[in-house]
Amino acid sequence: MDPDPKKSKFLPSNLLNSNGSSHPQSLFPDEVLEKVLSLIDSHKDRNSVSLVCKDWYNAERWTRSNLFIGNCYSVSPEIVARRFPKIKSVRLKGKPRFSDFDMLPRDWGANVHSWLVMFAKAYPFLEELRLKRMTVSDQSMELLAKSFPHFRALSLSSCDGFTDDGLKAITTHCGNLTELDIRDSVTVDVGGGWLSCFPEDFSSLEILNFSSLNSEVSFEALEKLVSRCRSLRVLKVNESITLDQLQRLLVHAPLLTELGTGSFLQELTPRQYEDIESAFGNSKNLQVLSGLWDATSFYLPVLYGACSGLTFLNLSDAVLQSGELAKLLAHCPNLRRLWVIDTVEDKGLEAVGSSCPLLEELRVFPVDPYDLDHRHGVSEMGFLAVSRGCRKLRYVLYFCRRMTNAAVVTIVQNCPDFTHFRLCIMNPRQPDYLTNETMDEAFGAVAKTCTKLRRLSVSGLLTDTTFEYIGKYAKNLETLSVAFAGSSDRGMQCVLEGCPKLRKLEIRDCPFGNAALLSGLKKYEMMRSLWMSSCNLTMKGCRLLAREMPRLNVEVIKDKGSDEIQADKVYVYRSVAGPRQDAPPVVLTL
Amino acid sequence: MEGVVSHASDLNLEATELRLGLPGTDEREEFVSVAKNNKRASPESANDSGPEGGKSIDHENAPAAKAQIVGWPPVRSYRKNNLEAKKTETESGMYVKVSMDGAPYLRKIDLSVYNGYAELLKALESMFKLTIGDYSEREGYKGSEYAPAYEDKDGDLMLLGDVPWDMFMSSCKRLRIMKGSDAGGLGSGV
Repeated sequence: MDPDPKKSKFLPSNLLNSNGSSHPQSLFPDEVLEKVLSLIDSHKDRNSVSLVCKDWYNAERWTRSNLFIGNCYSVSPEIVARRFPKIKSVRLKGKPRFSDFDMLPRDWGANVHSWLVMFAKAYPFLEELRLKRMTVSDQSMELLAKSFPHFRALSLSSCDGFTDDGLKAITTHCGNLTELDIRDSVTVDVGGGWLSCFPEDFSSLEILNFSSLNSEVSFEALEKLVSRCRSLRVLKVNESITLDQLQRLLVHAPLLTELGTGSFLQELTPRQYEDIESAFGNSKNLQVLSGLWDATSFYLPVLYGACSGLTFLNLSDAVLQSGELAKLLAHCPNLRRLWVIDTVEDKGLEAVGSSCPLLEELRVFPVDPYDLDHRHGVSEMGFLAVSRGCRKLRYVLYFCRRMTNAAVVTIVQNCPDFTHFRLCIMNPRQPDYLTNETMDEAFGAVAKTCTKLRRLSVSGLLTDTTFEYIGKYAKNLETLSVAFAGSSDRGMQCVLEGCPKLRKLEIRDCPFGNAALLSGLKKYEMMRSLWMSSCNLTMKGCRLLAREMPRLNVEVIKDKGSDEIQADKVYVYRSVAGPRQDAPPVVLTL
Repeated sequence: MEGVVSHASDLNLEATELRLGLPGTDEREEFVSVAKNNKRASPESANDSGPEGGKSIDHENAPAAKAQIVGWPPVRSYRKNNLEAKKTETESGMYVKVSMDGAPYLRKIDLSVYNGYAELLKALESMFKLTIGDYSEREGYKGSEYAPAYEDKDGDLMLLGDVPWDMFMSSCKRLRIMKGSDAGGLGSGV
């Protein structure tokens, strides 16, 4: 960037004049600076750039085209519109993560509408909108569909609030749409008619994902759509699409790189079986595969021809046994990411260890989270087997019913590069089942050994010792999830004091009280948010926090039947927009 | 807490003790009421270390049935609903899907109501309006164009009748009535 590296360290003082405009003698004329900055994509880098000086702040704000807001309430639409005049793509996140587990009231907030109203005025050239955990009404979708002639991409992850009508507005009016992805959004009230509303000549779609849709779509309309859209590379249908329908879709779209199938169980004639087998055989570009509802060993083999290039296999909707998984994995030597259901058991995970040497990410979901029967699912043995065979493992989400300290210690020795370690021993406060000790040493080993650790979820029987370890060793930790753990305020204090990069802390059912909450007074402004539910917080403590830290929003939700003193659910987040105006009555803003 | 500050109490070992006894009679209920009742007993007290305190209260307040904790385990609702539905299908009674070659839709039967292969075959014959023929170890099902098969736990397609009934009950995942020509390889000494 700068030909003279020494000069770039210290900007001459004549650049920093009071009106913020660039001096004719400045090293970087605006045009050059802007040209250079426009090449920077990372919003973290851009945020740093904007802090250098007023010139750089201005050059940066004029060249930022991608907007990322991790907490929609941390800033207001007006502030954003004033600062960034030329935004083309927006990523917005709303509700705290625990809303995924039904811990927030339905009308809690994070409605995108006020943002869209601002975007319609300030960013008429908006092209992309990606939302996570936000409420999107049909009215909002109509506004979106009609306000942005260049709109191309809509992605809704874990969102709710819309029906068929909203999606119809999108498919009818967005003539340049390249991406429509409703992923895992709530679709209880959403029909399938929207798919039939794409105009006859519409052909620009590249990404279509309606895998979580509960309703049927018109297969005729879908088939026509897929055959028209020659650039389609991602297609994820829902369970209503049958195998022989899938075969016809595949024939129209041989260039797919990501496929989500529909139901994988259907009576097929031998001819149909052959047809679908060869359709998969011709899908040479597949890297990602998901769906596979009701898949069994009889039908899985039709996939084999497409598996050699697979890097991500998502079997989280396929209830498979160990043998079925093993046979399938034998055809997938290039897997980097694998999601499975725990019906594959430890034996299935042994097959993972032996078949997938390049594996970097493993997620094991419980088929029945409420089954307290200790005989089913996966255990420490399966995890150990994977760690022995998959040394590059860096992301794990593991739901199990028993675990030992020794196993975890060995696992992280085998795989020290973990960046995300999310272990959920499903029975709260369960100790090491062999030694009956706490699981402190397990997570101590994780914190000590995995120096790159950015995200950690702990479980099992844990005392403050675990948190001492985390505070002492987990220096790169950004996200921590804690449930049914700890012995006193000290636990939470250790984490708040010891983890410099902590951004998100979510805690439930732990014995942390006001002292712990208040020990993080200065810290919370450097974090995105704090969630504490069913802990020992009181209204008094929360009010104190709110009073001391005016730039934090402190919101309390009281459970039914709780007394005046308890603060049952507390959500604390930094904000330059002040307290929010749209909180429902049950949310108290202090 | 009851004034005991020892490590053992902190660990709340009683809650995690393995016991013999019917499900629902143990102390799992404490986790549901724990959030509401005992923790708030002395909220400002420095000695209060949370869920262990006031556990004795819980027994009176705890609901009789095994109760679920809201939001735990942390599994997404949409995922829960899909999978739970499938699981309960196979666990209350022993329902398995039955398909017949050439038929467009599947049926479901509850294996647990039958006492043996004879009864099961009779039921299949009546459900699909066909005759299945007689089983022989050497030649499989002779005297009919249909052969009943099933998918076992390992995912293999097996001929109905080869293994003892109990073994079949515990390993059968799905039934399939095959047309004779396709069933040639099964049960003919291969």
